[in-house]
Amino acid sequence: MAAQMTNAHRRFLQVLMSNGITEGSEARKLHQHCCETDKVYYAHDKLDDFISTINTNLQPLFMQIRKGISEDNGRAHYAVVNLAETEVTKMASDYTEIELELFRKTMDLIILSENGFASSTDILNLADQLKTKKMKKKEAEQVLKVFVEDKWLSEKNGEYTLHTRCIIEMEQYILSNYQDVARKCNICHSLAIQSQVCESCGIGMHLPCVRKYFRGQTEPRCPGCNEFWSCDTPGTKQRIFKKLNVIILGNGL
Amino acid sequence: MSQRKRSKGLGASQFSTQMTDGEDDSIPTQVKRQSQDQVNQKVSELVQFLLVKDQKKIPIKRADILKNIIREYKNAYSEIVKRADRTLQEVFGLQLVEMDTKRHIYILINNLPHAEGQHPYRAKEKEKNGLLLVILSFIFMKGNSVKDSALWEFLHLLRVYPGKEHSVFGDVKKLVTEEFVRQKYLEITPTPLTDPPEFKFQWGPRAEKETSKKDVLNFVAKMQGKDPTFWASQFSEAEASQANT
Repeated sequence: MAAQMTNAHRRFLQVLMSNGITEGSEARKLHQHCCETDKVYYAHDKLDDFISTINTNLQPLFMQIRKGISEDNGRAHYAVVNLAETEVTKMASDYTEIELELFRKTMDLIILSENGFASSTDILNLADQLKTKKMKKKEAEQVLKVFVEDKWLSEKNGEYTLHTRCIIEMEQYILSNYQDVARKCNICHSLAIQSQVCESCGIGMHLPCVRKYFRGQTEPRCPGCNEFWSCDTPGTKQRIFKKLNVIILGNGL
Repeated sequence: MSQRKRSKGLGASQFSTQMTDGEDDSIPTQVKRQSQDQVNQKVSELVQFLLVKDQKKIPIKRADILKNIIREYKNAYSEIVKRADRTLQEVFGLQLVEMDTKRHIYILINNLPHAEGQHPYRAKEKEKNGLLLVILSFIFMKGNSVKDSALWEFLHLLRVYPGKEHSVFGDVKKLVTEEFVRQKYLEITPTPLTDPPEFKFQWGPRAEKETSKKDVLNFVAKMQGKDPTFWASQFSEAEASQANT
């Protein structure tokens, strides 16, 4: 049963919209701030209900506050998404046609890649082949920088992947348009852009999901085919070396 | 220019709950129902269109609304706009205001009362708003209109220089003379027959809707540790202005 919208709900929604993407702990602080400011009943564990009330009112507008998990750190993030869009429409008003084309092609590269990353070299080469109009490398570099600032892409060591915000906003679009290629995490069943893949049976999992699943297991085995998990389980390798260092050399790393 | 393409056959009827009362029975109900759904759909589209435009604080022209959203439903224009406004207020705490009744230009203003206290959110906005408030205060206290040279001289006192890149605001000249003006917070008018060209700054229509002379005077009073009545003429002007709203 959804309660009425109050100014606290409206304020929360306004901030979420202007942030683009909001981290879980920030959202909780914001929830408290809004309730206190607008003198509305506040309970720290009622954030889901609070958001649910807003979502009931957003539904007729085909909008929704959606929660997504970061593929980097496993933390929850919130974004306001449009459910009715079938293309990268939210971006459509902020970028030119040629910039959008570059983004779509970059997204192709990222989704079709093994590890969910596209190198800047590959992307810059794309700039040359755009249908709308050729884009110079310098210009493309600048556009990529803007995509990162606006949180559509994130960059690590000269390679680009989709930002959590982009994944939350476009998950449905990606799953339907890249049906055969887009990977789903075997553990949480949402879209996986960056993932570890089993060499034997091909199932994929998010890195934070892998971490959680294999926590405390000395012999990690694939949940799909039970073969020994060949990828480095994030975190374990370092822990083993750390332990060895302490034992052998008496060093704290 | 809108580049959005909507998916066809959205089946808005499954979401529509806003039927009008007293349907005319002479029109076959199926047809009426279908066009009511379409109108509901238009209301949703208009709300989203306005939100997107507002994000960049670009004033919205009626012509754009008609061309991009209303299209063949011109007859229902005022109903659609009225309902979009109601939705914006109820769900988002924003209000659609016709800022220019001659040229039919709209803006969205924030209906929510200003939040006092800790604001870890939207820091960049807050800083720009701080600068804007200071500028609006200066203009008001100086009689509602200032020469551009006077404004820059004043900002020098705050270590803000038009020629120099500012660590927080960047290109301040651009921010003040372009961004704030485009967003209708400030109005800049060239003074005729001046060489080199001089300009004057005044409050823009959005400033008048989103804040008030009284708020601004209270801000100045707080900054200077005095009572607002200290500035007798500004105080009576602010009171008069509030009485008119």
